Amino acid sequence: MPLRFALAGNPNSGKTTLFNQLTGSTAHVGNWPGVTVERKEGRYRNKQIGEEIQVIDLPGIYSLSPYSPEEIVARNYIIEQNPDVIINIVDATNLERNLYLTTQLLETGRPMVLALNMIDVLEKQKDVLDSALLSKQLGIPVVKISASQNKNIDGLMQAAIKASKEEYTSSSILKDSSLGKALDDVEEILVSLGIAHPLYHAVKLLENDSEVTKSLKLGSRKAEIDEICRVARESCDGGDCEAVIADLRYRFITKNCRPALKAAPRLEALSASDKIDKIITHRIFGLPIFALLMFLVFHMTFTENLFFVTDLPGPGIWLAGIVEGLVEVATNGMAALLETVGASALITGLVIDGIFAGLGAILGFLPLILVLYFFLSILEDSGYMARAAFIMDRLLRKFGLSGKSFVPMIMGFGCSVPAIAATRTLDSEKDRRVTIMLIPFMSCGAKLPIYAVVIPAFFSEGADLVTFGMYMLGIIVAIICGVIFKNTLFKGEAAPFIMELPAYRFPSLKSLGIHLWEKIKGFAIKAGTVLLAATVVIWFLSSFGFVDGGFGMVETNSAESILGYLGNALRFIFVPLGFASGPNGWKAVVAVLTGLVAKEAVLTTMAQLYGVEGDVLEDDGASGVLGVSLAASFGSIPAALAFMAFNLFCVPCMAAVAAISQEMNSRKWLWFTIGFQLVVAWIVAFLIFNIGTLLGF
Amino acid sequence: MQITLKELKPGEKAVVAQITGQGAVRRRLFDMGITPGAEIYMRKTAPLGDPIELTVRGYELSLRKAEAEAVLVDKK
Repeated sequence: MPLRFALAGNPNSGKTTLFNQLTGSTAHVGNWPGVTVERKEGRYRNKQIGEEIQVIDLPGIYSLSPYSPEEIVARNYIIEQNPDVIINIVDATNLERNLYLTTQLLETGRPMVLALNMIDVLEKQKDVLDSALLSKQLGIPVVKISASQNKNIDGLMQAAIKASKEEYTSSSILKDSSLGKALDDVEEILVSLGIAHPLYHAVKLLENDSEVTKSLKLGSRKAEIDEICRVARESCDGGDCEAVIADLRYRFITKNCRPALKAAPRLEALSASDKIDKIITHRIFGLPIFALLMFLVFHMTFTENLFFVTDLPGPGIWLAGIVEGLVEVATNGMAALLETVGASALITGLVIDGIFAGLGAILGFLPLILVLYFFLSILEDSGYMARAAFIMDRLLRKFGLSGKSFVPMIMGFGCSVPAIAATRTLDSEKDRRVTIMLIPFMSCGAKLPIYAVVIPAFFSEGADLVTFGMYMLGIIVAIICGVIFKNTLFKGEAAPFIMELPAYRFPSLKSLGIHLWEKIKGFAIKAGTVLLAATVVIWFLSSFGFVDGGFGMVETNSAESILGYLGNALRFIFVPLGFASGPNGWKAVVAVLTGLVAKEAVLTTMAQLYGVEGDVLEDDGASGVLGVSLAASFGSIPAALAFMAFNLFCVPCMAAVAAISQEMNSRKWLWFTIGFQLVVAWIVAFLIFNIGTLLGF
Repeated sequence: MQITLKELKPGEKAVVAQITGQGAVRRRLFDMGITPGAEIYMRKTAPLGDPIELTVRGYELSLRKAEAEAVLVDKK
């Protein structure tokens, strides 16, 4: 059995950064509380240390009496899995609140090491921290580290290994207080009953934390314990042990731990973070700055006229152009190669019309997704996202959401899957459910390629404005649905909003690199598996069919193919939405169906069905040709808009459905969500097509 | 003078006297360092008037006025 070291600490104290340093992993790090929602495990890689060590990264917690789901993951691991050592990581620049959890962790009786993180920031401020004094006061080893600069990480691990080999007993700073006697008595009874973590549970009993204590088997000693607790509570001010215990912990920290920190005099009354905050969350400028930042992010990604200079592409479009060029070269090269070796029509069809046409079409849009993600990551790493939650809370509450819904919602513009997982930072079940249901309405990175092909085919000017409009449509419909939910299914009091606002940080290049790399890796895996399989299957279904009483290869993309039959059979559902009319209408239906697997597949399917090939490429590039075919197929602007809207609102993709299923943790809610999204998609597309047609577009 | 935290104006300081209410919210406030005796500096309200941002125990905390109403403070 390897040794198990658990990283525990407050949200945003640097646990994941340390975890990445220790294990060489590239887990996601952000600067808003609650990035890690599930525990992660990895191996510590250091050949000089003979031991095998498993490191567990836990979600951040403020205390051992947590109440949001991701915090319960952390608490349960510590209490139920008994890690060999708890590495309590503490933000040295925010000592007081961080040590509050430390005083609770001491009561669990696990060997513990305190890792004082962000010591580089402290040194920059010329503050002096006496770790020996801190170690003496808390009775555990204390090691100064800087996780982001990889300083003294090995020293920390050595201390932890040493701690794992030593005898260790639980201790509580409450023992020296007026509650000490009662605590001793209850602990003694729990020990005699053989209950695990007796001291921790004794404190919980005194606090009357029924959430934790109701599962304890106290048997015949229950009355005795109740009596001790009752007397203790009466001795507390106002009969309130909970307040007294919290107060005692903070008092201990102020008296015994704060002297360890000698803060250098600050030259200025306001720190850099304060100054930035003053502007960004300003009463009047706060909202315009928020709108401007959001505009900039999307402008940089999608515009072809950067800062309104005609034909100066933004970074997103510029990179996309380069990648498209490369795909074209590769496709032509492959076609030439196949011709040289004399490959059969079947093989050429599969490789060029199937794989290259399919994957190539999406690859061209990867840069757009990455650029969007890059700018969102900067906002996240810098600490702005937490301010956005602060600024937007009031507004979001009107829509039945919470300020804390904001970050998951914004993440939804990148990908729904991590966004849905991120809803665990929300404290109330009600807020979580609404947020999960509405996240897919944020146009994710995979929906973008659909807009990028369809829109230019219908709008020669202002394509980026229409794209922006699609994003806005998603937001507006989400708001309408939120309001409806708030007044029907989810009536009642708003859940509390108590959130830390972390100090602003300069986003680290390494962290940004990790974000982008994760995205590329995820995309590569998807392209190599689901999408590759989908392209091959679609190619097969579109090239084979029943003709003249037999099964065989038919004219590719004809109505005789299997896909043609399928599309035509389901067309009646989509005819009222406009885009399924006309001789090619079934193609749009098939595209929508494959989109239920993955939204990238919508474009792949269309590229295949409308027969875009490498050798028909002209100056416009593959997407331009596809656009021309689409324009002919859809016929009208309202039909094209309805097609995009249906794809935007209908069930996101298999991966997102899996995430919804896991987070809702209920069949009923999963099916409700799926049904809800399909109905909304149909209604919105119907309205767009019919109103648009009535208005004469 | 005892008032609720909600009534504290930006730029003012106060000391926490008591936290009314009960249950999870109350416990969360304790966990975040809002305990009797804690010093609070009211930084600002959000652009739309709610929530509020304050400094407590050396860090910045944001909470809604609905939660702040449960915190009784002595204005300095």
